[in-house]
This record gives sequence, structure tokens and C-alpha cells, in this order.
Amino acid sequence: MVADLFQSLLRRPAGLVSAILLILLYGAAALAPFLAPTIPSAQDLNRTYHPPTTLVWQEGRLCVRLYRLVDPSTATYEPLPGQAAPLRWFSEGPPYKLFGLITSKTHLVTVESPAALYLLGSDATGRDVFTRLLYGAGISLGIGIVGVFLTSLLGLTIGGLAGYLGGWADSLAMRLTEFLMAVPGLYLLLALRAALSSRFPSDATFLLIVVILSALGWAGTARVVRGLVLSLRERPFILATNILGQRPTVILFRHLLPNTFSYLVVAATLSVPGYILGEAALSFLGLGIQEPSSSWGLMLGQAQDIKIFMLNFWWLLTPGAAIILTVIAFNLLGDALRDAVDPRFRLPGR
Amino acid sequence: MTAFILRRLGTLVPMLLAVTLLVFALMSLAPGDFLTPVKAQRDINPALIAELQKSFGLDRPWYEQYLRWLGNILRLDFGYSWTYKVPVAELIAQRAPATILLSLCSLALAWGLAIPLAVLAAARPGGWIDKLTSGAAYFALAIPEFFLALLAVWFAAQTGWFPIGGLTSLDHDFLPFGARMLDIAWHLVLPTLVLGLGGVAGTLRVLRANVLDVLRAEYVTTARAKGLPEKIVLFRHVLRNALNPLLSTVGYAFAGLLSGSLLVENVMNYPGLGRLVYEAFIREDQFVVLGSVMVGCTLLVIGNLISDLALAWSDPRVRYGR
Repeated sequence: MVADLFQSLLRRPAGLVSAILLILLYGAAALAPFLAPTIPSAQDLNRTYHPPTTLVWQEGRLCVRLYRLVDPSTATYEPLPGQAAPLRWFSEGPPYKLFGLITSKTHLVTVESPAALYLLGSDATGRDVFTRLLYGAGISLGIGIVGVFLTSLLGLTIGGLAGYLGGWADSLAMRLTEFLMAVPGLYLLLALRAALSSRFPSDATFLLIVVILSALGWAGTARVVRGLVLSLRERPFILATNILGQRPTVILFRHLLPNTFSYLVVAATLSVPGYILGEAALSFLGLGIQEPSSSWGLMLGQAQDIKIFMLNFWWLLTPGAAIILTVIAFNLLGDALRDAVDPRFRLPGR
Repeated sequence: MTAFILRRLGTLVPMLLAVTLLVFALMSLAPGDFLTPVKAQRDINPALIAELQKSFGLDRPWYEQYLRWLGNILRLDFGYSWTYKVPVAELIAQRAPATILLSLCSLALAWGLAIPLAVLAAARPGGWIDKLTSGAAYFALAIPEFFLALLAVWFAAQTGWFPIGGLTSLDHDFLPFGARMLDIAWHLVLPTLVLGLGGVAGTLRVLRANVLDVLRAEYVTTARAKGLPEKIVLFRHVLRNALNPLLSTVGYAFAGLLSGSLLVENVMNYPGLGRLVYEAFIREDQFVVLGSVMVGCTLLVIGNLISDLALAWSDPRVRYGR
């Protein structure tokens, strides 16, 4: 089944491009410490709001231009004419841990000390935006995957049980989902966040956010799984298992739920953006990922300074572009998967 | 019809009970209360704090506090905001109209833009209007509202064409009536665009699919066979039928708008309910949170009700009650 899915995905260019883009993004997030020229907490108070440094080709090598601070009050920098420092490939920099295990000092690219490599500029304390973007990708993208996994599990179990058992369990579950869908989500998000924050240590914020988002997000999945189970329940092969005298748990988990799997894959892909956006919104409000960690929402939250808007420090808004790109990729991939899994879902006219 | 309206409003009661109970329980699970900043000050007499705690009922278990609060609500007393030092009802009466205004404007924008575009797109599936609007909708649905709000503030700051935040100018109170309305409209442009864009995209996609569905109906063929101009077929016969499923989703759209406005209001410094709730949550100003959540949920139920009534008005097949 997975091979079929892959085959039909290959025939859809938009879906294929999105899949490749997402693999690249997740790869970059996993290898962030190595790919980044420095570590996310490295500050340089002499180079705040530094614009992106230009790369030039000089003496047969790729070099980065040197800059001079012209006016500290408006953070105006001006490139020094003709001066540049060569990029050093696979050189030593600040130590880091890859995958949380391997300690290393080798970075893909760094520069000699007086020069600075800011591929996407620096922020209010002179930290490299590109580095923080890479490290933030790990958190923002990770929450998407972990959150969707948890939600699918919850939705599958609750929706499956509700559809299979029927009766009071069904109506209880459905009233609960209606409630969750009717209340403005962010209000509940805020309340849950306030209540749970003391139950989690501060370095487990990642986990906290995933739990909150999943606790609010399972309703849609559960409703559809219930609907599918309700219709599957009447199909001959389920009646056959009933007649064979299989236990209800076996029927539910072995025969009913696997048949909702293809729907789940599509729904999960299409709901990843919701988690990425949810984390971004929470962190943006200052209620999600906290310093010194970095996430795309947090970075945007810190870009809410009127100085940034007046002086046009546009590079501080790049995490937004990263979010948009990821969300579009997930949506395109989800649409392609949906077309591949079940042509009936396809919108008319396409 | 009256019975239907009453029944729908009746569902409001259990829902409000459930939501406020949940929020109340969650907030009392959170460490500290609105007196925590006061307690942190050294020069305040502990006796005063004890007295305050007693007068606000903070020394009781949370369910007792909840029942008390509920009793006060029945007497239409929404409590007192500790941080703003005014009654909660007054605070909400100030803020809610701004949020309702913003949501309605966004809804109007979403429908006003999406309806003609969707019909034109569906009239020629695969045509350039269709491709353009589908692509734009894809993009618009991917932009987080708060990021769009940031971009709007950046745009306003860079061009100076629009105010950067707020709902009124400094000299608002001294302006004549007409100029005051213009002032508010001017401040509403960017927040409405930011909040409404996602709605435009969502409505567009659903409506396009609906129109394509309806176009295959036999009465459309009949209308065309009668020799009606295509414009009349599309906008009078197709659109009215395609709009019906959409009308019933307005209520859910309203829920999205309330959540979205929380973020947009915070970024754009818009004096609405969303910012009030957020700030109250941060300061654990319990009664303000509860009051705002209640007003938000009531708005939702009323929005759902209106959309059901609109559906009954527009679709003769739908009948409520007996």
C-alpha cells in the first residue's frame, strides 16, 4: 500500500516537489547544529540588527564582505569597499551536540573572527537569524509531527470506540467533540496553558505545547473516524468476523481501524500545518517555547518592535516566510496524497 | 420558528456552564492568582492581603468560588476587574463592540470578495481566473494571521498610508460625527484585511466546489435551454443554491474569527475583546477572563443561530420547528 502511494505520488509534480522540500527541511532541522555557522545563543552586542552580509567571489574563493557600523542609533551598517574575509569550510566553531548525542565542533562554514557571517542578518542582541531559524525549524517542525501523531492516536481510539460501541459512549464522545469545535480554540489554549504550566518543568515546554495542541485537536479526526467505522461496521467482512466470534477488541483494532488508515494518512498530512501554526501562535504570544530555545513563532514574537518596522529590518520576518513555505508544502502533499488514496475525495472540476 | 429560536438559545445555558466551569477549574489549577503581584510587594500589610483574599473569596476551595461567581452572574453582577479597577461588565461593554465590528467587517470582506470570484472561477474551471484564485487561496490559507498582521504593521510603518494600530486617532473625540466615522473606518482597513483574507480563501474554495456541483443540476440545463443569459443563470439560479451549504458554516467561521482576532488585536493594538482576554489571562484577572469567555461563546451561539435562520430564509426546503 505504501509503495502504491509512492507510485502515484511520483506522477504528481506538485506533491513530489513538496515531499522533497519537506524532506530537505526536516533534514536541515536535524542537522541544524552542523549547518549553522554558530550556536543560537551566541550574542554580539556590537552587531545588533546587522543586515544580511553579502557574499562575493574574491581571489578564487567565496568571501563575506566586512561591514562598519555607521550610526548605532538607527543600526546603519555600510560595507567596507574591497574588504572581505574568506569563508572557512568544515572548520571549528562553538561546540554543539548533534542529535543530542555526538559532541562536535565542526561547522559547515564559519569566518575568521573580526568578520561575521550573517546570512539572514542579526537580531536585537546580535544573534544570527539564520542559525536561530535552523534551530527553530527543529522545534516548529517537530511539534507538527509529534502533535499529529498524538492526535491521530487519540482520534482513532476515541472515534473508533464511539463508532463501534455506539450508545452512550458515542453520544458522550460526540457531545465532547462538538463542545471542542464550538468554543474558540485560542481561549481554551490559553486556559490549558495557564493550568498546565506548573505541572511541567520549564525545559519540557515542547512536550507541554504538544499535549495542549493534541488535547484540543483530536475532535475532527475522531468525528470522521467514527463516521467511517459506522459505515464499515455494516460491511460483510465485519459481519463475518462477528459471526466467527472474534472478540470486540480484535474486531475494532485488527479489522475496523486499519481500514481507516488511508484516510488517516491524508488527514494527518493536512493537519500538520495546524500544529505548526498553533505552536507559532502560542510562542508568538510568549506562551510557548521560551528563551534560550528558538522557534519560528518566538522569533516573530520578538520581531514585534516598532523600531523594526520603522527602520525596515525585514530579515527578522523571515521565520514567517519559513512557516508559509512549510504549510504550503504540507497542504500540497496532503492534496496529492488524497487524490492518490481515494479519487472520490477529489474536488470536481480538477 | 419562535420555538426553534428559544430551543437554540436554551442550548446556550449548558454550554456556558461547561465552558466557564472548565475555564474556572483550569485557572484555579494555575499557580498564583491576581493578588500574587500584590503579595510580592514588601510594604503591604499581610493583614490587608488576608482581608482582600477573604473579600474576593480566594480562601475558599475553587468550586465554592465558582458557585459564588455563578450566583453573582444570575444577579447580573459580572464581578470586578482587579487590574483595571472597574466592573467587568463595563470593561466588556467597551471592548466587545470593537471585536464585533471587526469580525463583521471581515466576514463582509470574505463574502463580498469570495462570492463573485468563486462564481467566475467555477464558470470556467481551469481558466485563468480559476487558476489565479486557486493559487492565491492556497497561499492565503498558509499565512498565519499574526504574521500577516506583522506584515500589515510593517507596511503601515513603511508607507505611512494607514495608522499603525488602535481604533481611533488621538483627536478622535474632537472631530465632528462624519469625520469620526471616517477615522474609525480608516483604522479598520488593515485589521479587516488581515483577519478577512483567510476567510476569503476558505469561502472561495468551498463556494467554488458548491457552484461546480450545482452547475450539473438539471434545472441549470433547463435555464440555459430557455435561453436565459449566462449571467442570470450563474448569479440567480446557481449562486442561490450554492450559497445554502455555506450559510450553515457561518457560525463556525465566527469561531475562527474570534480566535483569529485574539492574535490580530494583540499585534495591531486593536482595543477589542481578544486583547482583553489575553491580558487578563496573563494577569490572572479571573472575572475578566470568565466574562469575556462568556460573551465570546454567546456571540458564537448567536452567530450560529443567525446562520440557521438565514438558511431557512434562503432555502425553502429547510423548515425548523413544526
